[in-house]
Amino acid sequence: MSEPNHARRFALIWGIASVVATPLVIVLLGPILPPGKSTEQAAGQVTDNTVLLGMATPVLLLVVLYLAYSSIYFRQPKGGAVLEGPAVRGDARVQTTWIIVTTALVLSLAAYGTARLLSDNGAGSGSGPTPLTVPKGPKLPVQVIGQQWAFTYRYPTYGGVEVPHLVLPEGKMIELHVTSLDVIHSFWARQLGVKADANPQVDNIAFVEPTKVGAFEVRCSELCGLWHGEMFDHGRVVTQAEFATWIQQAQVAYAPATKALPPYSTTYLPEPTRRGG
Amino acid sequence: MSLFAKKLLAVSAAVLAIGALIALYVADWATSFPKEVAAAPAPANSGGASLTLETVAAVGGKYSPTHPSWVSYLVRTNNRWERTTDFTVPANSVVHVTIYQFDTPTGLRNPFLSQVQGTVGSATLDGKPFTTIPPEEASHTFAVPELGVFVPLAGVPEESKHPCEEAPCEPSTMDHRTITFTFRTGKKGRYRWQCFVPCGAGWYFGNGGPMQTLGYMDGFIDVV
Repeated sequence: MSEPNHARRFALIWGIASVVATPLVIVLLGPILPPGKSTEQAAGQVTDNTVLLGMATPVLLLVVLYLAYSSIYFRQPKGGAVLEGPAVRGDARVQTTWIIVTTALVLSLAAYGTARLLSDNGAGSGSGPTPLTVPKGPKLPVQVIGQQWAFTYRYPTYGGVEVPHLVLPEGKMIELHVTSLDVIHSFWARQLGVKADANPQVDNIAFVEPTKVGAFEVRCSELCGLWHGEMFDHGRVVTQAEFATWIQQAQVAYAPATKALPPYSTTYLPEPTRRGG
Repeated sequence: MSLFAKKLLAVSAAVLAIGALIALYVADWATSFPKEVAAAPAPANSGGASLTLETVAAVGGKYSPTHPSWVSYLVRTNNRWERTTDFTVPANSVVHVTIYQFDTPTGLRNPFLSQVQGTVGSATLDGKPFTTIPPEEASHTFAVPELGVFVPLAGVPEESKHPCEEAPCEPSTMDHRTITFTFRTGKKGRYRWQCFVPCGAGWYFGNGGPMQTLGYMDGFIDVV
């Protein structure tokens, strides 16, 4: 019996499996991928994760199916002599295809990622003090201040009031200014799709537009000391009317602390900067 | 047994012994927690539980032979001071806290924390209600971020006549500030509390050593 054309047969199996599995993965898994759709940026990240998963599915199938195919068709026959297989001398066609396909995959992902970052004004990530792109229209600036081991939040357009928990209005573009008073922290609000490093003396800007009312978690995602794991907080997205009421109440409630605060600044050099010893 | 086999056996035994010692040390370190102290029942007319604490500039060799110079909290239990920062308090209740503060000011890194937050009723400083202190006069804070409790503790003036250099510090004879406040506990759980004044002298940003070691300037409140 003549040896079948394994390459063609495997390509057929892989092609069919990919054509069937990829749309299924996109349709079934895509909608439940993190971080959810509570902001424009988070929804964008769900799309990005779906694209990545869609592109990864044929690659995963290639590896897994090839392993299975080899195990079935190229295994040592029972009772047969253990023989060295034929030497692999290389195959220009396979190598060229491999290089072209993998290069195309990586470059297309790089192009996609760059386009997404630019079109979505950083896609929820910290973009440094001078972001390459800035959303049009009015924005609500909110400062995120990290210190060992808590985040606090300051609203410069509301008298510079500072609060212990983040509250954001739904349907407004938020301009987050993330900084730190001591070591390096990282502000990560997973459900909002926002992650921005909090570095001392740096104003790290990230944009986010909440689209759903609800609660979200804030965590520090940069190892910042032994209490790093305890540096978490809860925030809320509320309607614009609720936000207006809340910020008014906060201005009154935290008026004594506001008086003690330094004037709003994008970064601070607080005293004591370092306790001597 | 060949010489090579003997050597191999000896090296393997040595590696195993050293590994076991390291594992024991790590296990001991990872499972060492300060003693847990239950809050005392508060007087019948006030309800809830009460905690009496003191903050000292140097904990002293009696309470910490390895780190006598570290700044620390102590808790009053069974009519004596003990060094622990793990407290047990009842759920859905109020906890009345009295802190005798013996340390001098260091100052807050974030002045926002100079305002009393999250307490039930007014906090008092030396018997008088207060809502805020000058940030530079803060010596320590008692803060439970998850419960929204932040209380700044004013420092004893540098020029005080009877300072307490080392624990135990006796409120009856030594200069101190007395801070009282009450907070509500809510649901059961473990809540981290800490000092937000960078008072860890000699450590990076003042937040190392006693600021990152259970039993000194931070710990847990177990709400049960």
